[in-house]
This record gives sequence, C-alpha cells and structure tokens, in this order.
Amino acid sequence: MGIRFAAGAALVLALSGCYAQEMANQDRYEPLEASGLFEDGMASRQPIEGTVARGQLFEDDHLYRGTVAGQPATEFPFEITAEIMARGQERYQIFCTPCHDQLGTGAGIVVQRGFRRPSSLHVDRLRAAPPGYFFDVMTNGFGAMSSYASQVPAEDRWAIAAYIRALQLSQNANEADLAPEDLELLGAQR
Amino acid sequence: MSQIFHPSTNTLARLSIFGAVFAAAALAFAAGIFARSSVATGVGVAVRQEVPFSHKHHVEGLGLDCRYCHTGVEESSFAGIPPTATCMNCHSQIWVDSPMLEPVRESFRTGDSLEWVRVHDLADFVYFNHSVHVAKGVGCSTCHGQVDEMPLMWKENSLYMEWCLDCHRQPEKFVRPRDEVFNMDWETPPNQLELGRHLVEQYDIENLLSCSTCHR
Repeated sequence: MGIRFAAGAALVLALSGCYAQEMANQDRYEPLEASGLFEDGMASRQPIEGTVARGQLFEDDHLYRGTVAGQPATEFPFEITAEIMARGQERYQIFCTPCHDQLGTGAGIVVQRGFRRPSSLHVDRLRAAPPGYFFDVMTNGFGAMSSYASQVPAEDRWAIAAYIRALQLSQNANEADLAPEDLELLGAQR
Repeated sequence: MSQIFHPSTNTLARLSIFGAVFAAAALAFAAGIFARSSVATGVGVAVRQEVPFSHKHHVEGLGLDCRYCHTGVEESSFAGIPPTATCMNCHSQIWVDSPMLEPVRESFRTGDSLEWVRVHDLADFVYFNHSVHVAKGVGCSTCHGQVDEMPLMWKENSLYMEWCLDCHRQPEKFVRPRDEVFNMDWETPPNQLELGRHLVEQYDIENLLSCSTCHR
C-alpha cells in the first residue's frame, strides 16, 4: 500500500511536470533559437541580399557613413547638445574604455592584458582629424580594432565622436578658454 | 462465522479518514517544496556550456559593462546573446592559443553558431520585455543576481509567476534610479521604500497586475 501510494504520487508529480513543460515549450521559436529545419541550424533567417527593411534605408551618407562628397565629414550631422554629449560619454564608457581607457590615452584594461595598444586620442594627428574620421573608424574598424557598427547605432557613434572631441579639449584647454565659474571650481580643487 | 475485523479497527478506520486529509495536505506541501527546489527551478545550478564563459572574469575582473555584449537590452524585448564577432573584438589578440576558446575561433572562421544553453528560459506563455524593465529602473542584479560573481552562469531566481508578482505588486521595494540599473555594485539603500515611492512616481511605474500584461 505504502509503495503503491508513493509510486502513484511520483507519477502524478512527473505527469504534471511533463504537462507544464509542454505548455512552457510550445511549437514556436524564440530569438536566436536553434532549428533543425534549416541547414545552418538557425531559426532566425538572414534577409535576402539587398532587402531593405522599413526604416533601414541608410541613404544619408553624412549620418550613416560619415562622409560628405566622399570626404570625411568635418561637421556633425546633427546638433550636439548637452544631452547628446552625456549619451556619448555613457556609450564611450561602455564600448571604448576597455581599450582606450576613460581618458583616451589607450591604456585600457584589455590593453593591459595584451591587446595591441591603440594610439592616444590626444596626439596631433587625431586632434586635427575631423569628426567623420572617428565615425569611420568606429564604423569600419581600424588596425586591430574591429567594426563597432553592429554594437553601436550610427547616432551613438556620432555622440561618441562628440565626446572624443570633449576629451581632447579636456587635455588641451587653455585657462583663458574657461568660464569664470569653472576657474573658480578649479581653484577650489587645487 | 467469526468476525474478520476486531471492533478496535473501527477506530483505525475513523482515524484513516481523518488522516487522509493530512496525507493530502502533506503531499501538496511536499509538491510545493519540490517545485521551489533547485531540482525543479534550476536556481543556483551552474549550466554547462560549450565554452565556459565567465561573467565574473569579464564583469568583475575587467569591468566590462553588461551592454558591451547584451546590446539589445535597452531597446528590445530580448537582451541579446552577442555574436562571436563580439568575442573576437578582444580575443583576436588575447588568449589566441587557448584551447578553451577554440569553439569561439571556429565559429568565427566558419560562420557556424556557438550553441549556448539558455539559462533563463521563461515559459512560452509569458510575455517579457527587457527594455521596459530597464527603462523603469529595474536593475540587472535585481533579477539576475550578482552575475559579476558568477564564474559560470546560473539562475538566481525561479522566474516563477509568484516571483514576478513580488515586484509587480510592490515595485517601490525594488526599483532604483535609471543610471544605476547596470551598476552591479548597487546595494539596496536603507531608505529604499522612500526612494522607491519617489521613483515609482517619477518614472510613472504602474502596478501591472492584469493577467494579460504577461499572458497575452
């Protein structure tokens, strides 16, 4: 009796478990799920080459490729506000600091672990480079750095470029460029 | 013919009717314990993966932000598992001879997917969207635990409905400022309720308890 009861209880538990599983894993795919249907084993299909999804016709060369008339853009494609600058700082800290470090000198943690050291953002060549140049490097990669286009949307790449400009300025500012209240703040910290 | 049962067995029969109620309750109780145990929920059980990726090393050790890899988390329902190319941003030059990373390099060479075993797999009858939780100030660690201290990934919470409802009923107990969402070192402040009530108002957080919020 005892054994039969225990077996019955176990069966009920097991059956309810199976039933719950069936409901939990229905015949549909989740993002990135594997599939036996296709040769490459992926449920998510690549769009047919040349397909343009709604809202993804990236025809603005300035915004999406950083070029104007085939040359690296010397201007930003939109106005740089304090909000965009803050966004740029945040995105820079997420995606760039691992190699370029907080200041842009190129001594980030991944470089400390053996990655080829990138150029400091404060060398003359890069201080003179137009915003479109930084956008191009982020979009297409440069040297050991791979493209960040899939991780960082175009608008954010511009925001990062703007923040790089601010970083460069921070290391090369003249006292005369500062507003009186900034000078006061600086004096208080000295 | 003599009686088969002695009169005292009547007491036994009465007792067993009474006892059956307790037996059923005990069984239900045991089932409840089992359903909440790690065996059923997978909570705290490290999942074996093709590549033993360590969040502890990458997050705590190197200080990478969650969003470096999980790029979709702010915009999409799905936080996103990074493509192999993201691994190769660094591993093109770091640990290039490590046999542990050979599946990563092979995936990059051939274009075949790395097959990760999903750790947080919500039931298919539940709708969940990461981006709205992030936007309303639910921190990564609130649901996923201290991922920065997990050498291998495990589930910190059962993802059961009762667990979801803990927060949906009283979001003020759990929400934090938006700019702290990705901070793995965030600790619940002593004035959490006060802060929480303020944030609930500021971020327009509703107590979404309708069935169709999640079961749609």
